Amino acid sequence: MADLSKDIGGSVSAMRRRVGDALAVLFLAATMTGLVVLMVLLVDIVVQAWGWLSPGFLANYPSRFPEQAGIKSAIFGSLWMISLTGLIAIPVGVGAAIYLEEYARTGWLLRVIQVNIANLAGVPSVLYGILGLALFVRFLLLGRSLIAGALTMALLILPVVIISAQEAIRAVPSGVREGALALGATRWEVVRDHLLPMSATGILTGVILALSRAIGETAPLLMIGALSFVAFIPEGIMDSFTVLPIQIFNWASRPQPEFKHLAAAGIVVLMVVLLIMNAAAITLRNRLDKRRQQV
Amino acid sequence: MSTESPEVNEVIEQTPHAGDGAPPTDQLAPTLMSATDAANTTRTKIEIENLNFWYGRKQALTDISLAIQERRVTAFIGPSGCGKSTLLRCLNRMNDLIPGARLEGTVRVDGHDIYNASDAVVVRRHIGMVFQKPNPFPKSIYQNIVWGAKINGFSGQPDELVERCLRQAALWDEVKDRLGDNAYNLSGGQQQRLCIARALAVEPEILLMDEPASALDPIATTKLEETILDLRERYTVVIVTHNMHQARRVSDETAFFYIGQLIEKTPTEQLFTRPREQRTEDYIMGRFG
Ligand SMILES: Nc1ncnc2c1ncn2[C@@H]1O[C@H](COP(=O)(O)OP(=O)(O)OP(=O)(O)O)[C@@H](O)[C@H]1O
Ligand SMILES: [Mg+2]
Repeated sequence: MADLSKDIGGSVSAMRRRVGDALAVLFLAATMTGLVVLMVLLVDIVVQAWGWLSPGFLANYPSRFPEQAGIKSAIFGSLWMISLTGLIAIPVGVGAAIYLEEYARTGWLLRVIQVNIANLAGVPSVLYGILGLALFVRFLLLGRSLIAGALTMALLILPVVIISAQEAIRAVPSGVREGALALGATRWEVVRDHLLPMSATGILTGVILALSRAIGETAPLLMIGALSFVAFIPEGIMDSFTVLPIQIFNWASRPQPEFKHLAAAGIVVLMVVLLIMNAAAITLRNRLDKRRQQV
Repeated sequence: MSTESPEVNEVIEQTPHAGDGAPPTDQLAPTLMSATDAANTTRTKIEIENLNFWYGRKQALTDISLAIQERRVTAFIGPSGCGKSTLLRCLNRMNDLIPGARLEGTVRVDGHDIYNASDAVVVRRHIGMVFQKPNPFPKSIYQNIVWGAKINGFSGQPDELVERCLRQAALWDEVKDRLGDNAYNLSGGQQQRLCIARALAVEPEILLMDEPASALDPIATTKLEETILDLRERYTVVIVTHNMHQARRVSDETAFFYIGQLIEKTPTEQLFTRPREQRTEDYIMGRFG
């Protein structure tokens, strides 16, 4: 046994200390690499976008002439897309989570379903695009419409919505469930009056994070045929559309240098939208944590 | 109606209405109660017959037969893990919720087989439960009480209901000025009494309590025990407790369990002074468990 009175005056051996210090420097470097690269990228984008980010840029439709080109149809397209995707994915995803958590019998079938949902969350998004093209665009004859895109996006984020909603529902203390059932409540009454209100913030946080992934997705929408030149605002779910990342992609792939600046400006717009969504998610989460602490 | 347990037969002979599904007869009870043995004469409220229970392949209860009398407090005692909670949860079908659990035998309440003739939701509505850990809803005190009544079709005056239930649970005076407060802001003992009030709001006939005082300090425990003694006038109470003194203070009858079996059930005083079984005596003398 080590003798405290003998050791207490000395110090950790120089060798052990050196290893620790060296590793600390390495970890710091690893952290900084990521940060620095990100900062350089951001600065580069902002510099390129400078002067192109004008009110006109936000208010104009795309154009062959860079000076007149704007991002209006893409912004509206993205807003439509996100709203529709949410409208589809939230009820389906939360419903599935409620079923899996509260109704399904535990057993191998449930485990298989659970594992597959987790796997689906990792499937490359372009595969969802192929599925959407075959199922919604061609088979269901929805064409290259907003609704076909939204259905595809909803499929894409569904696994994440289901998993985060399941976690939020599972976090409700089991005592609440038992207490309610012991009063003669049906399962649905427990879900409606206790589980959903108590997990709403958690579910919403997950949904917003999933939607902010969807808003940056390009591949699936390219697959189902979103247009890159749209000079109108969609007015219904059957209209064709474009979205921010596709507009950016289109500008970035043009040879003229002016369009590179437009792409950068588009990226800034997309980043702002993403930041707003993430800030909303964080605010919600903090509120949830505060409520948990009170409990 | 064959059973190994002599108590069951005894009670059934004394109460002609037990087991034939007759509704509670308030007029009959006093006439049955002769002056000589008023304490022992009462209707059987819950009748457990040859009950076996498994969690998966593990048997938790073995051949339990037991009669619980109306408007009495019955205590379940026994060493940890002997199946007290399991049996209690069999009485309002809370065990239905546990995957892989299996039950054999019958549980009758007022003569109705609650497993074959009833819906679990209906059973639980009539048989209230108070849990070991206070589990109020994260809503206002007021809402905690009203919710259960509302889902069960209550259409009366909610204010009156809240006051009546809180008074019955001996909590009214402490919370009457803050009914809108979140129930989580109450102390543990107050939360537990709120849970009792919540259970009473759906007007059950039976109240099951699983170590309701285990999280409470001595003063809160005393209050809770007084509440239980009051409840006895209107409700049939079954209480699981590890506290021998508590069993003695609040219960009329005590059942002693050991490794999933009922060892004996007798009037409380008798069990603690003249137990029939050696194992009961060892346990109450603190020689094991
Ligand atoms: N959900 C469950 N799944 C599997 N086994 C269980 C479950 N609940 C209880 N058991 C087992 O059943 C037996 C009886 O448990 P029970 O909770 O009824 O005991 P108890 O008498 O209430 O004990 P305590 O006084 O410690 O609360 C124990 O051996 C326990 O491990
Ligand atoms: Mg127990």
